Amino acid sequence: MTAAMRPTISACPACDAAPAAEALAERAAQKEAQLALSVPGVHCALCITTVEDALTRHPGVRSARVNLTLKRATVEAAPEVEADALVGVLEGIGYEAHELDAGTLSATQTDKAGRDLLMRLAVAGFATMNVMLLSISVWSGAEAATRDMFHWISAAIALPTIVFSGRPFFVSAWGALKHRRLNMDVPIVLAIVLALATSLWETSLSGEYAYFDAALALVFFLLAGRYLDYRTRAVARSAAEELAALEVPRAVRLRDGAEETVQVSALVAGDLVLVRPGGRMPVDGEIVEGQSELDRSLLTGETVPVFAGPGLGVSAGEVNLTGPLVVRATAVGEETSLHRMADLVAIAESGRSNYTSLADKAARLYAPGVHILSALSFVGWYLYTWDMRTALNIAAAVLIITCPCALGLAVPAVTTAASGRLFRKGMLIKHATALERLAQVDVVVFDKTGTLTAGTPDLINLEDFSPEELSVALALAQGSSHPLSQALSAAAQGAGVRPAALSGIEEVPGYGTQGRLDGALVRLGRASWVGAAPLAQTAAFLSLGEGAPRAFRFADSLRPGAEAAVAALKADGKDVLLMSGDTAGAVEALAGRLGITHWVAEALPEDKAAKVQALADEGRHVLMVGDGLNDTAALASAHVSISPASALDAARVASDIVLLGGDLEPIAEALSTARSATKRIRENFRIATVYNIVAVPLAVAGLATPLIAALAMSLSSITVSLNALRLR
Amino acid sequence: MQILAYLIPISLLLGGVGLLAFVYTVKTNQYDDPEGDARRILSGQYDDKPKT
Repeated sequence: MTAAMRPTISACPACDAAPAAEALAERAAQKEAQLALSVPGVHCALCITTVEDALTRHPGVRSARVNLTLKRATVEAAPEVEADALVGVLEGIGYEAHELDAGTLSATQTDKAGRDLLMRLAVAGFATMNVMLLSISVWSGAEAATRDMFHWISAAIALPTIVFSGRPFFVSAWGALKHRRLNMDVPIVLAIVLALATSLWETSLSGEYAYFDAALALVFFLLAGRYLDYRTRAVARSAAEELAALEVPRAVRLRDGAEETVQVSALVAGDLVLVRPGGRMPVDGEIVEGQSELDRSLLTGETVPVFAGPGLGVSAGEVNLTGPLVVRATAVGEETSLHRMADLVAIAESGRSNYTSLADKAARLYAPGVHILSALSFVGWYLYTWDMRTALNIAAAVLIITCPCALGLAVPAVTTAASGRLFRKGMLIKHATALERLAQVDVVVFDKTGTLTAGTPDLINLEDFSPEELSVALALAQGSSHPLSQALSAAAQGAGVRPAALSGIEEVPGYGTQGRLDGALVRLGRASWVGAAPLAQTAAFLSLGEGAPRAFRFADSLRPGAEAAVAALKADGKDVLLMSGDTAGAVEALAGRLGITHWVAEALPEDKAAKVQALADEGRHVLMVGDGLNDTAALASAHVSISPASALDAARVASDIVLLGGDLEPIAEALSTARSATKRIRENFRIATVYNIVAVPLAVAGLATPLIAALAMSLSSITVSLNALRLR
Repeated sequence: MQILAYLIPISLLLGGVGLLAFVYTVKTNQYDDPEGDARRILSGQYDDKPKT
């Protein structure tokens, strides 16, 4: 799983300065150098000791600890120890390793909120068990002084426990009341407080019924629901953080001709930055030295690399392909075009926040209903008997019995089960209501480059060439690490071609590769360089000295599962749309290949967001699947959104669900899982309501005893949890 | 019924010991790496003292 979680792009310094800035603040806070490495290969007892020993033996390392659950190694070392060296050490003993940004990860390591919730749950569980034991003796017939003693002991246990364990509910209910709203916690708190108060009063009068056990059981079950909910989100957050942490924000700054590696946030406008081939632009700027080609696909969706030479403006996030470039920074950090996109996202997001979750909808119906019912039974009984004590007792019983124990578990139990199932399929549910929204989807909008396609080119006209031409092309292609050359050599080698014997092969950054075949100059590269007319689609040209240059044409290779996902979505009755910033020809070709009838080409980021918004205005629920920066606004404005792990951090942040593997196939399955999860949630609400309908008349009639309350509460909670587990 | 005077404190005490033990395990990060801890006992290296 962890191996699949690695994005294909290993370093993205400028993707998002937000985690980087936090990381820096964090790093400043902790002076001790702590390095985190992701080691996806550890799996056994021996691996732990091997990895730890190897790391500890490295000079400067004080201690190393492997966490097998997270497949991560934490190293405490002297400040001069570089993570790269440690990665090298691990690779030397055969373990794949990647540096993680320790600052970005800090939140998972000190999981205070989770621990806090667990502690409250443990205390509530302890108190519930003890008070239940005492209550059982009361129910089975303890009388007079014995019963009073048991009630007093229960009170002594229950009061401090409620104060400690019930705190999350008190805080949340108070927050809601302050804003003059009602949430699920308001009736909970009212029930707990009223139950405790009447029970204390009853006990002091040697009364028969006390609800200490019910109040505690309520807190225990509800905390269990909260904890489940929290765990589900913590798992998703931790995995999402790991993705973000893989992108360590560093850049190489040139100062007086010397190279130094610095944090991206330390760069200022005017700095000279060296970007090596394969590296990503950390800043907006202008090229001052070097020639190369730039891959802008993550920003614009264009698949054809752009020639880059001195004077060309570059934007943060573009990938340098062939030659080293020196860039003079003109905008850094939050002023980069990458970050200006964030404003667009913020605007888009404001439209989505009005989704009401099923739980909130239930609470809106439920909370006032319960209060009115309880108040009515209080008034009714008071007018009937003119006895405050009876009336108050019955009001408390109504609140306790109707209390949303099962309702509190109804949603978290199902989302935990569903998220766990999807996580094993390679999907990370980041947002709490993402599953509910996913279930409503009726239109699916795909981005092309990097989403439906893998972002790596495939040669499509190999058979047009003679073996001689291919052997020359292969020899030239092997001299370069350009994506097109690599695709060409892979295809030629796959066809059994052997490289021709060329002399003087050299790569001309930004143009291509050239060499000499029996004295004649042969070239493989850009159209203008070999003297050919450029084509609309991605192509590399081969010139053999005489005759017209020949074009090797490339198509983007499909991401695994793309065809299956589109077919399954269409079979499911969803409308599928393709929207790309690439040229019409490329988009049309892909749409034809996948059988998508509706497509939009050359779409600007604003166009994409506007199109999604227009669909939403028609009342459609849009699922947006995209990875690039040009998709972020559309991702944020869609009803629900998915991005692959290889996407830019900004896109991953804007989407609700992250696909961890390279495969798109789980998308169709996620839709059906989401639908069945939503069905289960509704079923759970219905089950809880049935229990209420049975128990409430008893409570209002004054026939409810603490025994009935305890039974109704436990039975409904257990039924609801079991129903949720049926999802697996 | 005199026996209750002993039994109730004893049951509360035992429950309390369990609770304190649990609190101790949470406070000392014993749930951070359940899988790794399960494997570490297989290695002779930590027989004298656990890895800090």
